[in-house]
Amino acid sequence: MNIEQMDNEALLPDGFLPGLGEPAPGKLERLHARLAAAAADRQLIDVSYRTVDSPLGRLLLAATERGLVRVAFALEDHDAVLQALADKLGPRILEAPSRLDGAARQLDEYFAGARRSFDIPLDFALSRGFRLSVLEHLPHIAYGSTESYAQVAKAAGSPKAVRAVGSACARNPLPVVVPCHRVVRSDGSFGGYLGGPEAKRTLLALEAA
Amino acid sequence: MEPKKPFELVVREHGPTVLRVCRAVLGDHDAEDGWSETFLSALKAYPELPAGANVQAWLVTIAHRKSIDIVRSRNRRPVPVDELPVRPSGLGIPGDGRREVLDAVGQLPPKQRQAVAYHYLAGLPYKDVSELLGVTPEAARRAGADGVKALRAALADTSSPASKGTSR
Repeated sequence: MNIEQMDNEALLPDGFLPGLGEPAPGKLERLHARLAAAAADRQLIDVSYRTVDSPLGRLLLAATERGLVRVAFALEDHDAVLQALADKLGPRILEAPSRLDGAARQLDEYFAGARRSFDIPLDFALSRGFRLSVLEHLPHIAYGSTESYAQVAKAAGSPKAVRAVGSACARNPLPVVVPCHRVVRSDGSFGGYLGGPEAKRTLLALEAA
Repeated sequence: MEPKKPFELVVREHGPTVLRVCRAVLGDHDAEDGWSETFLSALKAYPELPAGANVQAWLVTIAHRKSIDIVRSRNRRPVPVDELPVRPSGLGIPGDGRREVLDAVGQLPPKQRQAVAYHYLAGLPYKDVSELLGVTPEAARRAGADGVKALRAALADTSSPASKGTSR
């Protein structure tokens, strides 16, 4: 088989493969956009995504039909995040920037200091149980203020579950938009953050300005 | 549930090959429709594709069926001779050879064109090509070999006078 194929390759006229192999510049990009649009129309996409640049580095934004489902820092490895989304939500994942224009624009405004809360549909499909209760409470912490892990535990209905609040924040699938950065230690120190401590500091400084 | 990679990676990895196949089989004009319908159909079926399947062979199979649909729906031969551009004169057009090769492929009989596309462009073994075309492996092999021979002759015709400077 191999030998036969090599024989055949030897018969290929010079320039044959390149001749058919190089689409006009931009053609594959156009075809991709057309595919994403047609797939969205027919509701064939499990998850659409795009990336945006931000003061925290490149962010991955991913959405289902129901809403924004994941925001990921570069630290988290976007390829790994997409694979995890494929495993949990379905493998029909396409880069479709226009589907996330709204979220991207609101994030831009937020980072520019021109927006204090997000008004986009969210899909909490990746969270359940107590973690979900914690995430649902977080948007009630006002822009520019903070709560302790203990305060959040109380607000989420389990005053003793302080550590669980910590892990809910650490696994927040929607950082920045669902403001887990506003949860800090009782002693006022920052506590950990998915995007690294520097990212948390940047966000709190932005909101304090 | 077995892990399956995001479909976006399938498009990136195989998109160029599928486009080459569609251009060879359908011609430039219909290639984009062939590509789009192939990937739309593949996207729909992707969750059911068995883990470990040969994704490229699967895509080529879909592209083959979609090409037949496109040709049928337009009720005409795969590449209508009357729409082919005028053959290069050999005197000018110092192109990269792309146009010439595509024209030459478009002149092949359908079976040869398909055999060349599926075997040489998509790397399908002749056994798989023969199943797609509904012919014996021997016939598929012959179609591929004849196709390449014809291409070679056509290219020798068109490229020799213009091939001053061997760039690209």
